[in-house]
Amino acid sequence: MNTVDVLAPVAVTGPVLLACLVLVAGRWLPRPVIDAVALAGAVGLAVCGALLVHATLAGDAVTWLGGWTPPPGAHPVGIALVVDPAAGGLVVLVGVLAAGALLFSWRYFASVEARFHGLVLLFSAGMTGFVLAGDLFTMLVFFELMGAVAYALAAYKIEEPRSLQGGLTFGVVNSLGAYLALCGIGVLYARTGQLSLAYVGETLAGARPDGPAVVGIVLVLVGWLVKAAAVPFHFWLADAHAVAPTPVCVLFSGVMAPLGVYGVVRVSAVAAPEVPALRGVLVVVGAVTAVLGAVLCVVQRNLKRLLAYSTIAHIGLFLVGATDGGARAWLVYLAGHAGVKAALFLLVGGLLARFGSVDEIDLHGAGRTGDPADRVAAALYVVAALALAGLPPFGAGLGKAALEESVPGALVPVVVGTSVVTAAAVLRAGLRVFYGVGPRPERRVDLERTSGEGEERETTGRLRHATATMLAAPALLLAAAAVVGVLPLIGRVGALAGERLADGGAYRAAVLGTGAVAGAVPEPVSWHPPGVVTGVLTTAAAVVLALLVLVSGRVPARRRRPVRRAIGPVVLGLERLHSGHVGDYVAWLLFGAAVIGIAVAAPTLG
Amino acid sequence: MTLTVVAWTVAGWLVLVGALGIVRSRDLVHTVVALSVAQSGTYVLLIAAGFQRGATVPILGAGGAGSSPVVDPLVQAMVLTDIVVSATVTALLLALTIQIAKRHGTVDPDELRALRG
Repeated sequence: MNTVDVLAPVAVTGPVLLACLVLVAGRWLPRPVIDAVALAGAVGLAVCGALLVHATLAGDAVTWLGGWTPPPGAHPVGIALVVDPAAGGLVVLVGVLAAGALLFSWRYFASVEARFHGLVLLFSAGMTGFVLAGDLFTMLVFFELMGAVAYALAAYKIEEPRSLQGGLTFGVVNSLGAYLALCGIGVLYARTGQLSLAYVGETLAGARPDGPAVVGIVLVLVGWLVKAAAVPFHFWLADAHAVAPTPVCVLFSGVMAPLGVYGVVRVSAVAAPEVPALRGVLVVVGAVTAVLGAVLCVVQRNLKRLLAYSTIAHIGLFLVGATDGGARAWLVYLAGHAGVKAALFLLVGGLLARFGSVDEIDLHGAGRTGDPADRVAAALYVVAALALAGLPPFGAGLGKAALEESVPGALVPVVVGTSVVTAAAVLRAGLRVFYGVGPRPERRVDLERTSGEGEERETTGRLRHATATMLAAPALLLAAAAVVGVLPLIGRVGALAGERLADGGAYRAAVLGTGAVAGAVPEPVSWHPPGVVTGVLTTAAAVVLALLVLVSGRVPARRRRPVRRAIGPVVLGLERLHSGHVGDYVAWLLFGAAVIGIAVAAPTLG
Repeated sequence: MTLTVVAWTVAGWLVLVGALGIVRSRDLVHTVVALSVAQSGTYVLLIAAGFQRGATVPILGAGGAGSSPVVDPLVQAMVLTDIVVSATVTALLLALTIQIAKRHGTVDPDELRALRG
């Protein structure tokens, strides 16, 4: 019995058991004990993930639950957990972000009961299970577990009307996505007689894919793409993020939605090696997601929604990178982005606790209180916004630089443009709120977009000062993002993990027991002079863009009107598509599934 | 053959009609039920995938499988798991619907105007 045989099941069941313990004993235990136990569980999960990465650097490890190891040559009936560095690394990310969220809510949710901690632990278990599962149905079960817990967490503030609407929309859209994935799994099972990813891939390999195989794969991928919030399945994400408690947004944005991309890459690499059309379609979907996310990010005034659209844009970039040459880069980008974005969400949560609003216009200059804690928060926010733009030495910048090196030239403008525009929007909001830069925008009742007023506080009353844990959590997450960028070990493991994830052959060989295939060790992700220069330049571009937007308020309305007339209707049209109506979102889901299905099936079968 | 075709058609039809039900829904309770209808399609699909003409129920005695073939027990286990998931999600979404009725004063998705843009 080796490390993986013990740790892989513990990484999934540990948080579940701890969640049960917290839920049962939470009634009698004092709050600090619950906080400490849950926090220890999250940190333990991260350590567990790190050990899993260490144990699988040489080759993927497979552990059959309950000792149901299939004899050589026989078909498996057991459930396998498969660990490779990418899966282990994502477990670390889940643990770190859960720890950050729990640390932040130490004093934040004054009235919170143990069920919040229990839900966060269950949520972590769902994500860990999804990452480690070696067969399609187990993946789906954990997908549903993380989904169901996520709906409950999104609608956690059950007295707030918006929160309920966002939670319900999230639930309906994601459940339907999961059912489509289940249909796909059923079709693949009927076609291949297998559920294990590796065996499905083995059965389908070496032959021209037929109708059922293509339909099955596409349906499964659509399910995962709904979770990844790729266009046109992205509508739920902004709604869910705008309403979920801020510590929960950290997990949603940092790791839950990116796990959809992980699922897409895993399934297409292992189970669908012979469907080349898939790659092109996924690249297009990713690029459109990035551009649309960036455009909609700019026009938001609700800070949480603004950050949510920035996440959508970055997920688009991950999808582009993962499917088109950037395999070695995108996991580092994901980790760096998670730290930075998590810190930004927590700082916005701090604003909600201090000032009772997350509206950019409403809060203009609110952060200039002279309170030292608010000054620290302001500085952290600006640094995080710059890191999002690609400022060295943060991990987001390192991942972006490596992505620009690896993707085809035509996609580089998308990567650069998306990071500049989203970071400029985030910075603009921060400069307005924390420093009062630029004229105060006119207050207006906005019928087209969600404002950030009237959001229920997550503390019992208005906090007079930001507490130490509320500043420590974002500072630590930001420091973690810097570590991702600085530590050469992470660049090396990230590159290895990304390449191995994209190489389904090694995974199949490990599960089938046909001997581990040692892939070439990829070039580590590290800072090169051109990457540093572009990082600094994109950061400068984001700053300039943000300042331009802020001073444009001083330009007479007469001069601004032509610009507004030119692009206004297009952006307004896009915004109106995001109607908050669950029926519209499901219609887009069906449309997107049909388009992706036709785009993949036509060249493959025709 | 024909039975298989009918089963697969019914499965696809249920998923599609459930999804269209959500699109055209004017009441959130109806939305949640339509979601359950879509999920019923997946049950039919899975059972159809494991069906075998002339096979018996997959309950094997102590002596192991006899001479007669049995239908695939794996899909039936999957359907059971699926039903548990469905019950959880439906209960959660209906609870949210009750709360929406209290806080918004309506269950018509067309009148929920809190989130947009």
